[in-house]
Amino acid sequence: MCGIVGLLLKKPALYSRLGELMVPMLIGMTERGPDSAGMAVFGQPLPEGQRKISIYSGLTEAGASYDWVGLADALNASLKVKAHTTIKGNHAIFTFEGPADPVKAFVKQYDPKLHLLSAGRSIDLYKDIGTPAEVAQRYAFEALTGSHLVGHTRMATESAVTPDRAHPFTAGEDFCLVHNGSLSNPNGVRRMLEPRGIKFETDNDTEAACRFLEWRLREGDDLPSALQKGFEALDGFFTFLMGTPTELALIRDPFACKPAVVAETDDYVAIASEFRSLAHLPDVKHAKVFEPAPEEMYVWKI
Amino acid sequence: MSTEHPITFKRLQLEESASFDRSTLDYIHRASSTGLYEIRGLGAKRKLPHFDDLVFLTASLSRYPLEGYREKCSTKTVLGTRFAKKPIVLDTPITIAGMSFGALSANVKEALGKAATAMGTSTTTGDGGMTSEERLSSKTLVYQCLPSRYGFNPDDVRRADAIEVVLGQGAKPGGGGMLLGQKVNPRVAKMRTLPEGVDQRSASRHPDWTGPDDLTIKIQELRELTDWEKPIYVKVGATRVYNDVKLAVHAGADVVVVDGMQGGTAATQTCFIEHAGIPTLAAVRQAVAALQDLDMIGKVQLIVSGGIRTGADVAKALALGADAVAIGQGVLMALGCNRDSYQQGGQNHSAEADYAALGTKAGYCHHCHTGKCPVGVTTQDAILEQRLEPENGAKHVKNYLKTLTMELTTLARACGKQDVHHLEPEDLVALTVEAAAMARVPLAGTNWIPGHNG
Amino acid sequence: MENLTFDLAQQSVRALNQHLHGSPESLAGQHIEVINPDGAHNIAVGINAPVKVTIQGHAGYYAAGMNKFADVTIEGSASTGVAENMMSGKVHVKGFASNGAGASAHGGLLVIDGDAGLRCGISLKGGDIVVGGSVGSFSGFMAQAGRMVVCGNAGDALGDSLYEAVIYVKGEIKSLGADAQIEPLGEADISALTGLLAAAGLSHKPEDFKRVASARSLYHWNADADQTY
Repeated sequence: MCGIVGLLLKKPALYSRLGELMVPMLIGMTERGPDSAGMAVFGQPLPEGQRKISIYSGLTEAGASYDWVGLADALNASLKVKAHTTIKGNHAIFTFEGPADPVKAFVKQYDPKLHLLSAGRSIDLYKDIGTPAEVAQRYAFEALTGSHLVGHTRMATESAVTPDRAHPFTAGEDFCLVHNGSLSNPNGVRRMLEPRGIKFETDNDTEAACRFLEWRLREGDDLPSALQKGFEALDGFFTFLMGTPTELALIRDPFACKPAVVAETDDYVAIASEFRSLAHLPDVKHAKVFEPAPEEMYVWKI
Repeated sequence: MSTEHPITFKRLQLEESASFDRSTLDYIHRASSTGLYEIRGLGAKRKLPHFDDLVFLTASLSRYPLEGYREKCSTKTVLGTRFAKKPIVLDTPITIAGMSFGALSANVKEALGKAATAMGTSTTTGDGGMTSEERLSSKTLVYQCLPSRYGFNPDDVRRADAIEVVLGQGAKPGGGGMLLGQKVNPRVAKMRTLPEGVDQRSASRHPDWTGPDDLTIKIQELRELTDWEKPIYVKVGATRVYNDVKLAVHAGADVVVVDGMQGGTAATQTCFIEHAGIPTLAAVRQAVAALQDLDMIGKVQLIVSGGIRTGADVAKALALGADAVAIGQGVLMALGCNRDSYQQGGQNHSAEADYAALGTKAGYCHHCHTGKCPVGVTTQDAILEQRLEPENGAKHVKNYLKTLTMELTTLARACGKQDVHHLEPEDLVALTVEAAAMARVPLAGTNWIPGHNG
Repeated sequence: MENLTFDLAQQSVRALNQHLHGSPESLAGQHIEVINPDGAHNIAVGINAPVKVTIQGHAGYYAAGMNKFADVTIEGSASTGVAENMMSGKVHVKGFASNGAGASAHGGLLVIDGDAGLRCGISLKGGDIVVGGSVGSFSGFMAQAGRMVVCGNAGDALGDSLYEAVIYVKGEIKSLGADAQIEPLGEADISALTGLLAAAGLSHKPEDFKRVASARSLYHWNADADQTY
């Protein structure tokens, strides 16, 4: 019910081409996921005292005509965070001074129908309903720059194809996850995490995996340890692709029924559910193309 | 002094427990003796909300009936219009469900084919492949692609009229096929590439795809193989029906087949049959809702199966939104399953002794898995299978399907319909709260649909 | 040999397969080259004639699926289910193969020069598979008939639930599946290995392989045996 894509550029000279290289990858996954698409892009981190959040207004009445400027003005008046915005219709990135939590809380009470997509210093996150090509065009994905990204296309089952169930899911700051497969015990995992102060937004099985990792990272595990615990706690079929400010990480469950293929050259590492999303990449004919083994953690750093 | 207590309580000494009733005691005694789960045939035997809990609102002062016979009521049914170049066109919406050669004898497959051809409907192969008897006798043959892939081959795909990709069946959603050694005779063994006499183990997942994203590609492969001519059905055992139907549509199915928990099998664990899957009544409306939400009514067809027995059942399934039904157990019973006699060589013979040898009686038997079917239906035994003669069997099945079709049109005409596919949910009301909730029709005498408007 | 080229950057897989479904007479003597496959699915599915096909690059799912009679070479890698349900003929993958390679094949020969993914030869029904590299876990799962030759290593649960298929492994076996056991090589095995390795163009010594076959203890359900099923 899904397609996943990941791209990490090894040479900063290529960062300006991230979006251009990514769009055909995403569109290659249209048949696996025709209903909605999401993309998390990691770029140059903001200085320590600043943060940014990505917000989606598609669930509000105004939708793509949302008064983002009004929100920014209200935010600055109230919290004095010197927020400035980058707006693309129903999506906005707010960059500001100080920690993210007070700004997130302000936005939530300002308009509960705004959907907070991500927070951090490096990550921008987009998700919306529509075909991958439509979503890519809506947010001008081709023009995006950055060092690495995690993307996803979805085949939905709910009648209202709502973007809040689309991937990537984020946890904490600068961490996101996409999933291809189906977990069989997400509800138990959710019920285990909620008393520990982990908040859930959906009943989506991927969110359960993401929040589990959020919990382990919060408790001080590094990513590999958190994933190792994930193998024990999470039941079902999965290929997970995760992004942090400096890494892409990939794991497959022991059954490895959900596909994944990697193409690596001196310039990039690209991951997708199917090779046809990699076929257009520069010099892919000479790339090292391989299938990641099950239960092994693959980590690529910028 | 009297040794007998003055008051006796004879009747209470035979008080049966509802939880640990005789059936449960039997189960526990058997489990403790054998250390293995019970395996049996047929479908869920316990009482479940079913079509009997719905009744039709036929003609009244505001709804006028059609005259029987003279005023026609069409039963023509077309399946697979979405992508296939050659959709299936049937004279009746009642089809014959997938049942394997191996579970059933070759004579039975031939009988079913002949009956279906005479009625202008289709039969379906099962887990074990296509026999020449069935292909030659059945005018319209649906070819199943199952997790085991026993006997599956491209030549049979090419000579089939439609392909049915099977995820599961109502009797055991999540379980694979099962055939015990006594039924793996030389012919069955050869078709399935198994050693003779072994207990067949079957896969529960397909070997080369898992999930709707991969099913999309598998369906495309089957289309490529058939040059896009033949409809592709996707069959699911009824569990998460709403989601499954949506995903099957997304994956590219032309027709979706939903099999409720009353659906039968020739052999599986009893715990599966009775405790997995949801009643057919609950499955139908969920499937229809999924198609409605995707705006696929009329584009992707729905076949419903699992305990369809009578013309009234067929009519109700169609009224709830199915385009067709598939019958498995019913046609086997038409052939003589659970009948106390069989007809061989123009004569009636009693089967009572053979039922008794299985420890059962006609009317109670579910021992398809033994291969010792007293009436020669679910057997590979060379002697027993002679008790079902193809011509005679075909005649019985044809009579049964004809009766059902007549009952269907009788009810449809009484609802004022010139076409059985014009039956709609508003033609029905429910007799119980459960049926009202599951079928999403009002409780008779009220406007109340539990869970939907109150 | 008449050479024909199909460029999948310009033409559809449908058009290619339509051509490949022509009669043996119409395809006689043809060598079809498929360029720019770029991971497309269902390339060369359902061929029913002794035609030669070369796929210049990476193939997607089910390449040469349900092959009969044809000789198909994939110069790159193949995704899930290469040569699945093959009936006869030959499929040669020069690169690696993904999961379910040769699934349920009834006949023919599948050669994979590189590694094969999980469930190689799952549900095998009489076909032959020779892998120059290693195979993933659950290979030979429920394999009923046919032969598999693995020149590299095998993953976990090799030959789980094996029927009568035989698996030969040269390298390490991470673990055997239920009812699979290692047996000594016999004359017939040496002869089979010699033939299969030659057909695959590989030069390993038959004596270096282990024979994995069914212990046949799951053939009849037996409560006292404490079976894993």
